[in-house]
Amino acid sequence: MTAFKTLSVAMLKGFVRDKATLFFTFLFPLMFLVIFGLLLRDAGTDKTKIALVGDGPVVSALRDSGALEFESFGDENSAVQKVKDGDLPAALIVRGQQLDVRFAQSDQVQSATVVGIINGFVDKANLAATGQPPTFTFAAEKVEDASLKPIQYLTPGILSWGVAVSAVFGSALTLVSWRRKQVLRRIRLAPISTTSVLSSRILVSAGVAIVQGAAFIGIASLPVFGLQLSGSWWLAIPLLLLGTIAFFALGMLVGAFAKTEEAASAAANIVVLPMAFLSGTFFPVDQAPAWLQAVSKVFPLRHMNDGMLDVLVRGKGIEALAVPVAVLVGFSLVIGFIASRVFKWEE
Amino acid sequence: MTEERSAVVVRDVRKSYGELKAVDGVSFTVAEGEFFGILGPNGAGKTTTLEIVEGLRKPDSGEVRLLGESPWPRNVKLLPRIGVQLQATSFFDKLTAKEQLQTFGALYGVSAGTAADMLELVGLADKANEQENKLSGGQRQRLSIACALVHDPDIVFLDEPTAALDPQARRNLWDVLRAIKERGKTIVYTTHYLDEAEILCDRVAIMDTGRILALDRPAVLVRGLDAPTHVTLQKGGLSLVDATALDGVDEAHEDEVSLTLSTRRPAPVLSALAERGALDGLQVRTATLEDVFLNLTGREYRA
Repeated sequence: MTAFKTLSVAMLKGFVRDKATLFFTFLFPLMFLVIFGLLLRDAGTDKTKIALVGDGPVVSALRDSGALEFESFGDENSAVQKVKDGDLPAALIVRGQQLDVRFAQSDQVQSATVVGIINGFVDKANLAATGQPPTFTFAAEKVEDASLKPIQYLTPGILSWGVAVSAVFGSALTLVSWRRKQVLRRIRLAPISTTSVLSSRILVSAGVAIVQGAAFIGIASLPVFGLQLSGSWWLAIPLLLLGTIAFFALGMLVGAFAKTEEAASAAANIVVLPMAFLSGTFFPVDQAPAWLQAVSKVFPLRHMNDGMLDVLVRGKGIEALAVPVAVLVGFSLVIGFIASRVFKWEE
Repeated sequence: MTEERSAVVVRDVRKSYGELKAVDGVSFTVAEGEFFGILGPNGAGKTTTLEIVEGLRKPDSGEVRLLGESPWPRNVKLLPRIGVQLQATSFFDKLTAKEQLQTFGALYGVSAGTAADMLELVGLADKANEQENKLSGGQRQRLSIACALVHDPDIVFLDEPTAALDPQARRNLWDVLRAIKERGKTIVYTTHYLDEAEILCDRVAIMDTGRILALDRPAVLVRGLDAPTHVTLQKGGLSLVDATALDGVDEAHEDEVSLTLSTRRPAPVLSALAERGALDGLQVRTATLEDVFLNLTGREYRA
């Protein structure tokens, strides 16, 4: 037990004293979190602004509802010109009881939205003018839907990616460096089991993953980013640990083939980067084409991401862990087995 | 010496890599407490021999016994009793000298207290809190030896511990090696510095192209050569003609600064020189292991 403890402490010190590793483990993923978090913060919340000429009760009702914003113009020509220039999607021209909408053809979705909103308010005004009670009633209410605010999917995605990167690089580089410096030989010449050495190194990686989780979630929860954690967030801990083991195994496989630290680093990048992009680290993968979604199911990172999303922000319970846990455990076993077969003690 | 008292027994060990016979029928025994050197130029098969003895490689044929046990396959019972310093200075990343020792000690289940003791032994007590990569070449080499000793093994294997060190660092290391021997350890070490082996080792095996060419005490090997002793004097004390006429002198020659006499009977030559008061700048050079190597292989020794 003391051997295990001393080894773990030694490896932790080696980790903490290596500034490059610290950067890629903590600051690098955080940079992505901060940049994307700030860039995408206001996405989708902009209201549509249209040109307006004249005024009237319908315009007042539209203003009160906040459904549209208006930029007022003195005459029709300058308003329509604004639409022609592509600066505004539509112009509303009010001549007493007559409302005209001129819209740009280029963005049909936005135009249709504008036309629909104005039409709705005109119909309502007409109905009110008749003094009749409405035959059909209509009420709208907010629903928590599957599409999330950017910070809500960025945080779990970047956390999974950060954990994967540090586990893969950590194990691959440690293995290659130990083989090159013949530390592996020294270990082989000592009466200690390989399991003790391996598990102390995994323990350090697991500890790092937990600290990454705390740091990333802590920063994303700052008011400027506004992450809202769900009540079942603690279910992320087993995912972090299993993810660490899975990607540690992957790093052992990479390290078995690489001869130098540079080669190991390049190979780890080739494995991790495409997986990160296809697994929904930087954008929600359910917006991707169907074939891409199918491909992404191959990657353990995709399943780790899904699990993280479900427990951190979607508020799902332990049942949401079933598939990710099964995939990560299976991946660890298969890759770990292959890695142990191709493992080399020396160059 | 009998085999029961032997720390290391190697019998007709062979190892080939394809066509290359790296080790070609090597046999030797090392007694407990002995300082044994394996010498030879690079590529002679020293390191491969050592790796087979340590249990890192399997020999194609032949037998190795360390303290009566076979080191291959990995013999966990034997490992605590042997200490190995490898050619590359293998350390854990970013740890201080003391932490390296504690970590290597942990591999053997040794308590942290031994670390300080080992640093003292190799003269690095004041560098305890320096990181390994900030140490000089000689200090790293000494630390690496301390790491091999941290679990108090009976046999210590050192592979080229003095390679690539400056002369001062080499001499510091010699003191360390002597101190280890004083602790009663059996030491097996390889080197390509023949002069060093002559000074340090109880017995040496001279290797070339995978074979042991000679094996004995350095002094016995040198004496067996029947090589002349060279006596060098400052020029001007004695004329070349007088020198050649001295009893026991085989040959004499002179250059700008010195007069050199070759003799197989140095005693009468030295007393004759003393009588004449012609001992200024006296240097006596006997044959060395390099001459033994030259004699055995017919070629000049090149480390």
